[in-house]
Amino acid sequence: MRSLYISLVSEFYKSRKTLAFWAAIILPLVICSLVAFGFYSGSDKVLNMHYPPIMLWFRYLGAALGVMGVLILPFYVIFMAFSVNNIEHKNDTWKTLFAQPLNKFSIYAAKYLYAVILIFICLFLFAAFTFIFGHLLQVLVPKYTFNQYDPSLILIKFYTKLFLASLGILSIQFILSLLWGDFLKPMGIGFIGTIMGIITGNVGWKYAYLIPYSHPSLVLNSSAGAKKLSNPADFPIFTQEIYTSLIYALVLFIIGYFIVTKKSIK
Amino acid sequence: MGNYAIETVGLNFNFGNQAIVKDLSLQVPKGSIYGFLGPNGAGKTTTIKILLNLLKSPADQVFIFGKEINHNRIATLKRVGALVEQPAIYGHLTGKENLINRCLLLGIKRNKADEMLALVGLTEAANKKSTKYSLGMKQRLGIALALVSDPELLLLDEPTNGLDPNGIIEVRNLMIDLATKHNKTILVSSHLLAEIERTATHVGIINKGRLLFQGTINELHLLSKPMLEIEVNKISDAKAFLVQSGYEILEITDKKITVPFTSPQDSGALNTLLIQNGFTVSSLYLQKKDLENLFLDITKNN
Repeated sequence: MRSLYISLVSEFYKSRKTLAFWAAIILPLVICSLVAFGFYSGSDKVLNMHYPPIMLWFRYLGAALGVMGVLILPFYVIFMAFSVNNIEHKNDTWKTLFAQPLNKFSIYAAKYLYAVILIFICLFLFAAFTFIFGHLLQVLVPKYTFNQYDPSLILIKFYTKLFLASLGILSIQFILSLLWGDFLKPMGIGFIGTIMGIITGNVGWKYAYLIPYSHPSLVLNSSAGAKKLSNPADFPIFTQEIYTSLIYALVLFIIGYFIVTKKSIK
Repeated sequence: MGNYAIETVGLNFNFGNQAIVKDLSLQVPKGSIYGFLGPNGAGKTTTIKILLNLLKSPADQVFIFGKEINHNRIATLKRVGALVEQPAIYGHLTGKENLINRCLLLGIKRNKADEMLALVGLTEAANKKSTKYSLGMKQRLGIALALVSDPELLLLDEPTNGLDPNGIIEVRNLMIDLATKHNKTILVSSHLLAEIERTATHVGIINKGRLLFQGTINELHLLSKPMLEIEVNKISDAKAFLVQSGYEILEITDKKITVPFTSPQDSGALNTLLIQNGFTVSSLYLQKKDLENLFLDITKNN
């Protein structure tokens, strides 16, 4: 456990000046402020639609969620998985890392865990900024009805689902980035995967849930369904695609360990 | 076994079908500076990686401080510091941050970083990004990183690679300092014998994965027997005469005769003998095969 903790602290220390780390903070901030700005500058149009409070929240958080879940989340995961591993590829530090008196599995697990934590931070901030900016909009445009519905449960559930749905992609990309030090291969495969995921997720292909890249899209599609529920916060978290994502994550995480112990040493 | 910092017993290692290390039996005494010599591709780096358990050795072939490495990986690595190939430095961090990161990994207080920077003379460049370091500075930072944990055993893979003469001297002095004042054992690999000769107390010469020589530096020197070259007229007569007088002739060319060197007195006596018998000796020269040639001989013949 101590090895794991130490390695994790070191991962933070190493990457605190890298884009992968800051993107986890800047991405949600930028996207949420853009969406909020849109709702602020276009407030007349939105008000003319006379949405009930729930629907207003749905419109608003759906705007961030839509861009984010379909495109930005997969690409952030791809880039970040690359970045976390590339820090060792680029500096040729794998062997030094594994020559430290630390448990090998902990070193690898800490790296993976660090990537998971970054996604968590990123999505947590998305939810938090959505919530905060929603209430800020209420202050700026008093005619809005954001204050008449509490979206926290919906936000938490959606972003938890997205978080879990991204773990499958993360594990694939993590292994690809372990194997190859260059950017193009994991990026290329991830790009094709993401496009495939979006298409299969959206056309509602029966087996789309087997492709990890489609999981965020599937989660978002289920959000459209949630609107129709009498209580929109009632949708289940652990659906088929979430289980699949978690199974992918677990299996690939274990495979990745064997790859890293074999590969890093040459 | 207790006296060796590193002992390998008939170590074999293959990459696929290719044997990289063959029947290698290293014995590195505690407190020594062990020069691990060999041409490029001889298996030096592979051996060092095995000593760090980065490459897994067969069971019961590698012992560090008397302990089998595969079964005591973490305990062993705690006592070892290493610089393998290029120094492993995170380019986007400063020199100091690189050291702090290593301190974090080793559970050592951060202020050790400053101490290490001072030791390798990088205090002024502490807050400079390490990508901007010169090769020599990187190498020194690499050594500092290897020293952070205050290890008893240091494995340095070609530490003077790419350094300018000043840098080479600094590293050399640092190694001597560490071994004599701080009681550390150092295994330093190199493909340059001249480099090792100045610092090492012990030498191992490896080529194509085999250990061709192992012993103290003096034992290596003894291998290179001094010879006396005599430039003399009437060369064939001189040869016949010397053989008759009981000298062993090592080599003869059309101008020179080479005999084993024993002592200056004997050389003088030989000179007198030749002159008294009517030969003209134009020069007597003490020829010592330098270690560089010896090294080449050893590695070439095998």
